[in-house]
Amino acid sequence: MLGALIIVFREVIEAGLIVGIVMAATRGVLGRGRWVSIGVASGVAGAAIVALFAGAISQAFEGAGQELFNAAVLSIAVVMLMWHNAWMARHGREIAAEMKQVGTAVSEGARPLTALAIVVGLAVLREGSEVVLFLYGIFASGTSGDALLVGGLLGVAAGAAFTALTYFGLLAIPTRYIFSVTSWLIALLAAGMAAQAVQFLNNAGWVVALDRTVWDTSWLLSEGTIFGKLLHTLIGYTERPTEMQLLTYIATLFAMFLLMRIARPAAPRRHVPAPAE
Amino acid sequence: MRKALFGLLALLVLAPALARADDAPMTLTIRDHAFNPTEIKVKANTRVQLMVINEDATPEEFDSSSLKVEKVIAGKSKGIVRIGPLKPGRYPFIGEYHESTAKGVVIAE
Repeated sequence: MLGALIIVFREVIEAGLIVGIVMAATRGVLGRGRWVSIGVASGVAGAAIVALFAGAISQAFEGAGQELFNAAVLSIAVVMLMWHNAWMARHGREIAAEMKQVGTAVSEGARPLTALAIVVGLAVLREGSEVVLFLYGIFASGTSGDALLVGGLLGVAAGAAFTALTYFGLLAIPTRYIFSVTSWLIALLAAGMAAQAVQFLNNAGWVVALDRTVWDTSWLLSEGTIFGKLLHTLIGYTERPTEMQLLTYIATLFAMFLLMRIARPAAPRRHVPAPAE
Repeated sequence: MRKALFGLLALLVLAPALARADDAPMTLTIRDHAFNPTEIKVKANTRVQLMVINEDATPEEFDSSSLKVEKVIAGKSKGIVRIGPLKPGRYPFIGEYHESTAKGVVIAE
């Protein structure tokens, strides 16, 4: 039972971390609860569908279907995170100002919410399909499955608790700083996802250039441990990154900050539009 | 100039195919939630393909952070796992859904 709990928990915390950060990043935006719920719900539904067609997805593209699917899912998430950060670079100041004044949710923009709902949905989809397959395996093997199933469900519950912990931990950050902190977190999250995506393309045999390992820090922190896995999701920690992964990581961060700089209002002090009066 | 460009293009298109041709296919079977063989020797510094055949009815996830692979193999199905180039050494892998029994190691030399 403990084994099942740990396996499921390990998968759920990756998605949970992302959901927690997204919730914190949209603090004070009206209707975000609904959007995040839609994201989680469609992610769960998608995970079940992906699990159902796991065999067919694998066989697609000469056996590289699963890798390409993962790479595509991660790439879309990276684009959505960039979109969100660019949007926040433009509007974050107004939202923070309004939150301070009114002390309540503001109706600012549904746009980044759709982007983030998609990110949440994709994260749940990716990790969730593995949980579904694992739980299906327990069901299918029949005997003594009950204890394992309970363990699996407890793992999901523990993952949800971890999400709440991430969220409330981030909420402890003062309003003034929260958006810059979450923007940084999202930038690192996106860079890590992009590096993961190119590795999936490598596994698929599509991008094989620059595939030498740059360093090996598995002796220091293995990705197999829970802490290693957390850092892997949070900042893209990789125990043996390839040259391509490292390049992609840096390029994504660079593109992210460039985009945020372009999106930032030219002279914020003088040109702050209406809401601050 | 144009010829050189075409040559370069052809190389870009063909390079992945050539890389694939170098791969030595090897077979790894999952039965009763265990790998067979549990030790696989591969050539160091080359890309290698493993054909993983899952004879169990339940899915398994071939998982190895050292090999940089996470791949689900559905029940009664097979999948190709591409690894390398690896420096000489031992690279453990597990079946994540049955970690206590499904263990193996790739030895690059």
